[in-house]
Amino acid sequence: MAGTKTTTGAPTDVTQKHNKGGIGESTLRPDGTLKVTGEFAYSSDMWHEDMLWGQTLRSTVAHAEIVSIDTAEALAMDGVYAVLTYDDLPAEMKNYGLEIQDTPVLAHGKVRHHGEPVALVAADHPETARRAAAKIKIEYKELPVITDEASALAPDAVLVHEGRDDEYIKWVSHPNIVHNQPIIRGDAEEAAKKADFVVKGEYTFGMQDQAFLGPESGLAVPSEDGGVDLYVATQWLHSDLEQIAPVLGLPEEKVRMTLSGVGGAFGGREDISMQIHACLLALRTGKPVKIVYNRFESFFGHVHRHPAKLYYEHGATKDGKLTHMKCKIVLDGGAYASASPAVVGNASSLSAGPYVIDNVDIEAVALYTNNPPCGAMRGFGAVQACFAYEAQMDKLADKVGMDRVEFRQLNAMEQGTLLPTGQPVDSPAPVAEILRRVKARPLPPERQWEIADGDADVRELPGGLSNTTHGEGVVRGVGYAVGIKNVGFSEGFDDYSTAKVRMEVINGEAVATVHTAMAEVGQGGITVHAQIARTELGVQQVTIHPADTQVGSAGSTSASRQTYVTGGAVKNSCELVREKVLEIGRRKYGSYHPAWATAELLLEGGKVVTDGGEALADLAELLEDETVEIEAEWRHRPTVAFDKRTGQGNGHVQYSFAAHRAVVEVDTELGLVKVIELATAQDVGKALNPLSVVGQIQGGTTQGLGVAVMEEIVVDPKTAKVRNPSFTDYLIPTILDTPTIPVDVLELADPNAPYGLRGMGEAPTLSSTPAVLAAIRNATGLELNKTPVRPEHLTGT
Amino acid sequence: MRVNFTVNGRQQEADDVWEGESLLYVLRERMGLPGSKNACEQGECGSCTVRLDGVPVCSCLVAAGQAEGREVVTVEGLADFAKQRAEHGGCASGACGSEQGTSLQDAKQWQAKGTDSQTGEGGELSPVQQAFIDAGAVQCGFCTPGLLVAADELLERNESPSDADIREALSGNLCRCTGYEKILDAVRLAAARQGEAV
Repeated sequence: MAGTKTTTGAPTDVTQKHNKGGIGESTLRPDGTLKVTGEFAYSSDMWHEDMLWGQTLRSTVAHAEIVSIDTAEALAMDGVYAVLTYDDLPAEMKNYGLEIQDTPVLAHGKVRHHGEPVALVAADHPETARRAAAKIKIEYKELPVITDEASALAPDAVLVHEGRDDEYIKWVSHPNIVHNQPIIRGDAEEAAKKADFVVKGEYTFGMQDQAFLGPESGLAVPSEDGGVDLYVATQWLHSDLEQIAPVLGLPEEKVRMTLSGVGGAFGGREDISMQIHACLLALRTGKPVKIVYNRFESFFGHVHRHPAKLYYEHGATKDGKLTHMKCKIVLDGGAYASASPAVVGNASSLSAGPYVIDNVDIEAVALYTNNPPCGAMRGFGAVQACFAYEAQMDKLADKVGMDRVEFRQLNAMEQGTLLPTGQPVDSPAPVAEILRRVKARPLPPERQWEIADGDADVRELPGGLSNTTHGEGVVRGVGYAVGIKNVGFSEGFDDYSTAKVRMEVINGEAVATVHTAMAEVGQGGITVHAQIARTELGVQQVTIHPADTQVGSAGSTSASRQTYVTGGAVKNSCELVREKVLEIGRRKYGSYHPAWATAELLLEGGKVVTDGGEALADLAELLEDETVEIEAEWRHRPTVAFDKRTGQGNGHVQYSFAAHRAVVEVDTELGLVKVIELATAQDVGKALNPLSVVGQIQGGTTQGLGVAVMEEIVVDPKTAKVRNPSFTDYLIPTILDTPTIPVDVLELADPNAPYGLRGMGEAPTLSSTPAVLAAIRNATGLELNKTPVRPEHLTGT
Repeated sequence: MRVNFTVNGRQQEADDVWEGESLLYVLRERMGLPGSKNACEQGECGSCTVRLDGVPVCSCLVAAGQAEGREVVTVEGLADFAKQRAEHGGCASGACGSEQGTSLQDAKQWQAKGTDSQTGEGGELSPVQQAFIDAGAVQCGFCTPGLLVAADELLERNESPSDADIREALSGNLCRCTGYEKILDAVRLAAARQGEAV
């Protein structure tokens, strides 16, 4: 191994090289066969001889003191091997957390939200473990619940966390605020005087669940050295490791993590779920322990998207130019911080949307409450803001008397526009163009449900096979929206990734192996890694090594960052391997051909070739039995923290833009909505794998559709208890709810990014929701300031 | 209790089954067949869909004891099941009139051959499995096994389904990654290839 080398992300060329199966081709997933045959091993498929099943006992109330816990009866049950509570935690560190270590591994003296883990059981059958958990007696003394801004910030409010000493506390006005971020640029107050039209709005965004299908699960196997091997589905192995090892009282090298098959993530696996619990039980019992949440528990097992209240004011001149924007965004972070501080940073810095607004007065805050903890979900703070500012744009366009799309285009951001943070957008920003494209698309034909004999195919109508209408009371609406999402971790975070690339000769053929800790969660990162290696190294066969902690961190599979950052790391390591290979070539063959010294040399089709295409050497012959392997870290260009008072600073790395046009049909009598089409256009910089890119865009669009018309975790405002923790009551779109999603992909290279690519996984989730809302408003004439829209909002019942 | 049933053409026996165990649990934890998935375990998501005497069911809602003496096909057996059907005139399940079990007696349990989906090597995939790979219908893949079983059953009874037919047939299978567009593409592709092959 050539040791670890660190480089920063210098501008790179964006030319595509021509190796078969390289970047730009829709190569198929390397795990595809395993996934269609049932052989792919997801984290819930793990099995070990002699293994036990772990079960978590969770609080039945949202906020209470724990008076007593009695585990005797559970421990006495046949088949039960261990029952653990806070008192059994082995190390001094008993909390974990992504940004603030405020989350107890097991509740200590107090529970702060419904479903908080209180005790653990290990037993020889999952049902035995469940029954034992039910035998644990917990006496609670209930406390008042904090459920919203008013109850959180009341002068005499109960504090969700007492004695805070985290880095954010000194900047907040109340201990029940996790973090706040003001952003001031220009003079909104003064600019408002120049506005001919002002619109104000108050918007509510419901709590969305990631609803990944593969439940939280994994297997912990104790090892002879006193450590533990953990197989788990996560988004970031090394971040988990940093949180797990201290509470186990083990050095990190004794906690060996391997990524198991991940059944979707969408932000919901950024936080620890069962990882520590399984390890604790395994270390206590000396046996392998598997934990698999069922769907009910999964709703309590991970953080959700922050519900939000958003207060906006926009102004415009009579010729349609935006004068100013003021907003306050209140995010409900729930009982523990999770990623709330970063979500606040995103929500505030992207609150103006992809528009030129020189005068802004912004504040975003996240609250501590006794509601379920909220954190990362696809779109991460930018989703809630987009829902609100796009509603504002429609209202303002109407006031000015302009077409809603033209109004957006008139005010659209371009390359060079300053964000509210003062940071220039220094790569293409085709906001007006993507709007033009979705608008130019022909509309789907009217009354598609009509079939021969004047009859109706009810499957094409709102209500579907419930056969609630044959077209009576059905009206159509069309709506548009556009959004901006940042790519990568912002605000000065050291957002690096590591890739180990090896080249060697096997069976007479030069082949490559790529080893990273990147969590493949379904997005297709491993497909892209193989494509990059083929492009850079001119090989056909690329082996993707399983992701584990035996290689350096790859950062998180979130923030649309993995193709950019770990893709960039793979590219960089490949380039370093190529240099080594060429060095070997020069040593061996340099005297045979002058091009070894003078030409730019590439690796193509298993050969070293000149940039003119002349082959100089066969890679297999060049390498013989030599192996070239390099592990190196790679960084994108650095960012800085936002100023705590003004919000100014170059905090972001890159941006991603998407626009949607939604066409809906609404049964106004029953309040049922059918989305007919959800067309989208997005700039992806460079589509490394076009098939996967389109798949990401369609998937993200559908999650946006879900929160527009059906998805919401309902929390009882009196008790802070979750009312709908099941797929029976928390609805996600089925294939019947999801329309045709035509996708228009633009490729305007970002000169700062590898191959010119843009992180693209999140942007489609932003504008999808407001486009659907706009279409429903267009169909019904209703104001609809809350998402999801429910039938009663449409019928007024 | 002991449960005897046929899984992917093989007689199986599960011992020490607790009466409350689902067919899904027995397949996954006792038979070594984790291909059927456990996304909700409440009959809402379809990820555990198997054929029970030919009928697609959520195996999480079937008590293991209810499978006694019956035939189960899981995603692990789908390729062979489809092959048998092609060779025996369109019905491998026994549910469409042929004598129960006979067509499956030779069916071997699925074996992985090759892991590179690009080359299609291994050649043991059913048309609908191959179409899911080719059309990009697989992302995280957790919904895939259930969708494959459901889509295969649709194409068994309807050779050229309309989009509305496909949507109706797959409406019990949740997918969170794809937005379903590429799943529709995959089923259309499998139907088209099936049509060409006839």
